[in-house]
Amino acid sequence: MSETAQLDRKTQAKATSARAKPAVTLPEHIVEVISDSGEGAQRCGQSLASIAARSGNGIWTVEIIPAEIQPPARSVAGASGIRIRIGSKAVTNGGDETDLAVAFNEQVLLGRVRAGELKKGATILLENMWREHRDPAIVKSFDDTVKSLVKDGFNVVEIPLERECRSLMNDPRRGKNMFVLGMLLSIYSLDLQLGRDQVALTFGKKDRSVIDANVKLLEAGFAWAEANLAFKYAIPATRSTVPQVVTNGNTAIALGVLASGMDICAMYPITPATSASHYLSDCFEKVGGMVHQAEDEIAACAFAIGASYAGRCAVTITSGPGYSLKQEGIGLAVMAEIPLVVVNVQRGGPSTGQPTKVEQGDLLTAIYGSHGDAPKVVMAVSGIEDCFYSMITARKIAETFNMVVVVLSDASLATAQTPFPRPHFSEDWLAPPVDQSPLPPGAKPYDWDPVTGIARRFSPGQPGGMHTVTGLAHDRNSKVAYDPSINEESLRARSLKLAAFQKTLKTPPVYGDPEGDLLVVGWGSTKGVIEESVDRMRAEGRKVSSLHLRFIQPMPPGIGEILRRFGKVMAIEGTWGDSLKDELIDENNRRYTPLAMMLRSRYLVDVDCWSEARGQPIKPGNVVTALRAKLDEGK
Amino acid sequence: MASPLSQSIIRLHEERHELEDYQGGVPRWCSGCGDNAILAAVQRLCRDENLAPEKTVFVSGIGCSSRFPHYMKTYGFHGIHGRAFPIAEGVKMARPDLHVFVNTGDGDCCSIGAAHWIHALRYNMNLTVILHDNHVYGLTKKQASPTSPVGLKSNTTPRGSVLEALNPLTVTLGVQNVSFVAQAVDWIPELMYDIVSRAFHHRGFSFIRVIQRCPEFLPKMFEPWLHDPGKTLLLTHDNGLRPSAELGRIYKNQRAHDPLDIHKAREIASEEDPIPVGILYQNPEVPCYEDLRGAGKPRTVEAVRKGLDAEFDKFTIWPDEAGRQRAA
Repeated sequence: MSETAQLDRKTQAKATSARAKPAVTLPEHIVEVISDSGEGAQRCGQSLASIAARSGNGIWTVEIIPAEIQPPARSVAGASGIRIRIGSKAVTNGGDETDLAVAFNEQVLLGRVRAGELKKGATILLENMWREHRDPAIVKSFDDTVKSLVKDGFNVVEIPLERECRSLMNDPRRGKNMFVLGMLLSIYSLDLQLGRDQVALTFGKKDRSVIDANVKLLEAGFAWAEANLAFKYAIPATRSTVPQVVTNGNTAIALGVLASGMDICAMYPITPATSASHYLSDCFEKVGGMVHQAEDEIAACAFAIGASYAGRCAVTITSGPGYSLKQEGIGLAVMAEIPLVVVNVQRGGPSTGQPTKVEQGDLLTAIYGSHGDAPKVVMAVSGIEDCFYSMITARKIAETFNMVVVVLSDASLATAQTPFPRPHFSEDWLAPPVDQSPLPPGAKPYDWDPVTGIARRFSPGQPGGMHTVTGLAHDRNSKVAYDPSINEESLRARSLKLAAFQKTLKTPPVYGDPEGDLLVVGWGSTKGVIEESVDRMRAEGRKVSSLHLRFIQPMPPGIGEILRRFGKVMAIEGTWGDSLKDELIDENNRRYTPLAMMLRSRYLVDVDCWSEARGQPIKPGNVVTALRAKLDEGK
Repeated sequence: MASPLSQSIIRLHEERHELEDYQGGVPRWCSGCGDNAILAAVQRLCRDENLAPEKTVFVSGIGCSSRFPHYMKTYGFHGIHGRAFPIAEGVKMARPDLHVFVNTGDGDCCSIGAAHWIHALRYNMNLTVILHDNHVYGLTKKQASPTSPVGLKSNTTPRGSVLEALNPLTVTLGVQNVSFVAQAVDWIPELMYDIVSRAFHHRGFSFIRVIQRCPEFLPKMFEPWLHDPGKTLLLTHDNGLRPSAELGRIYKNQRAHDPLDIHKAREIASEEDPIPVGILYQNPEVPCYEDLRGAGKPRTVEAVRKGLDAEFDKFTIWPDEAGRQRAA
């Protein structure tokens, strides 16, 4: 057993004065809190993140979510928790391995250890109530695990969570998380008063006694760590000079919907998208909006289309399987040219896949989904702030071009938290009132502009505009038409709208030098990871840059020129792509990752790809390894 | 008594509509198709109610019946198979000021759209819904539908269908929040009009099942009923239909039925021969989903700004204590 595992509260308290303990200054640290489901590890971690952010630290959180609501206790698969990366500067991703883990039992910890999520030699604070458990099998499991962890070089510190909390609470299982929060505040030299404020905020809706009990636990945890732990860290922080908002991606999407001028969101519960609708349900009606929980995904899409048709652009929010179900409706909106915003918070697929895990597997479905030629705008959010503003942008594009706009987010952004500057409200965000003005005689509902393909949309209520929209092929008067030339005319118009929209886009900036040996191209939630990897490569003197696409369909101008300025180009995505290392895979059958395929076909550039589909956010360390290999390829 | 001058002025300004104001394209339905009878009744209703064509929307799914909106000169939404209900619900939620009708067929409503049908009844939005039930798929050329009688020979059931027909009336009357259920037949236009009119005036989800002929694929199916008026049961009541004396002389098989009585309504719903025609059930007290959800409330820029600021306040880290005070 490790030396620190033998800590005894009283002797340790006498031996060292808390004030005398020097704090080691660090540029950043990764901490995880892991428990059985329902023990509140996530609340503990979110609170820590929030307090660190309030102190001026950069933070990024990654939630560790089991697929079941009540998985079996003390099971490897049931690990529920959160990783918090705290830094001196802004943090854009969950980083590599964990430096410090707090675990409520050894089994949930094992899952993380086996997945390689803990740094070699990491400190593990492990609840030791299991040592005195009445079931000898549990005692043995605990003892064996601790021994093996110590053997593997981990710094295991046993902590008497249960014992300490029992003196403060009848059901210690419900209070350990706040005790741990107190410990972590002490470990990271954070202000205990900020912790008290956070508890008050978290339990604000509950009884005063609940807040008091949790503050007591927080203070006890802080005091225990001060008295008993031999180490202490400080991560220098700089407080922002502007107000910052700390939310996760799904909340930011909901706030974006609120700000976008849309007032109807139709949805059906699905992981990991639903929390956006939860939050929206709570706040939307206060400003005259509503969330409609439809009977299924198809109905949710159709309801949104109906509302949009009636003049108020609506949104439907879903994830993978729900997105598949909406395809026919999306095709209808494309054909009838009804504006619609569809948010797909991607998860692992195909089929039910990995509902709580991250994957970027829906790009091609988003672009090419629905049968026939169904052009639509596909954009991807690359961070929390982007989740907010993208909803406003998406609504505007949808209504300007009478198009479907698909916004891709994913399971990692859904729950990740990081601060961003508080947006300043602008009236321009909102939609104009529904046009009810009379239409001139002879006005046609699909009077496609020959250059842009755009036609003025007529809404019910406009005198003189009466017509029947249809998913059937139709002419400029919306009359069903099977004439070959009319079919091509309407296909052309719908396709031209994408080109017209593309002309409004700006070339995205290259991160790093505008030319070099290797360009990394990505989209969506990998932005932070890719840019951090580029920084690390550049620190090694490698000529690596990156390009991150917000719009993938259509792609902004100037991309081909950028690709051609680099010796090698590689797409990095969180999805499947075939590897040439597999015996059967060669250039004739290799399935490139979706973005690589798009770039290759559009720009005729030999774009390679590297991807991971492990259900976890990609680690910068893995990207760096892949980039080194790519640069050294052929040498 | 002379009417006040102000009323006369309003009347002068009000635009009166004629039948042709509602007549869109020339129907492409087969001659003798029951859809034509429904179209005639609905166009007459629009004229009699003087509905503003621009404020009226017909929503449909896919099938012969769902061509309906193309033949109206109002706004229309010819949607996708089975999804007329959720589209219409979206329209109504966004714009409760519009008159919204739904035209759906036995395949559209009772098969591919069955889930939406059940839930549409639960939502009880103020929609006038006509189920064009000809007991067969027409547009796809004669396949058995959920309401096809057992034994029907069709292209998918060449030796006769094996399943009992689904009864749309009993299904409807079994759903919580059902508020209006009626049955009409295409061969009695007078009652068709009365029923459509009653449905239109009901505030809630007014569901009319119209039993109609398909002269192309089931030409003989309703001949016994056409030849023998005794095989039609008229449901009459002061709260329901009051057929004219002329009609009463032909259709002598009548029963007084109070549409408020759901138990009796359920009994009548399960009677298939004679065919009951009239208002089976009406409950004006069932709340509408759009009212419960506050549809149509004006939304101001100021409300959004305030609401958004209040939400941001929950997540904001202020650079200094003063900022926090200001927010508070």
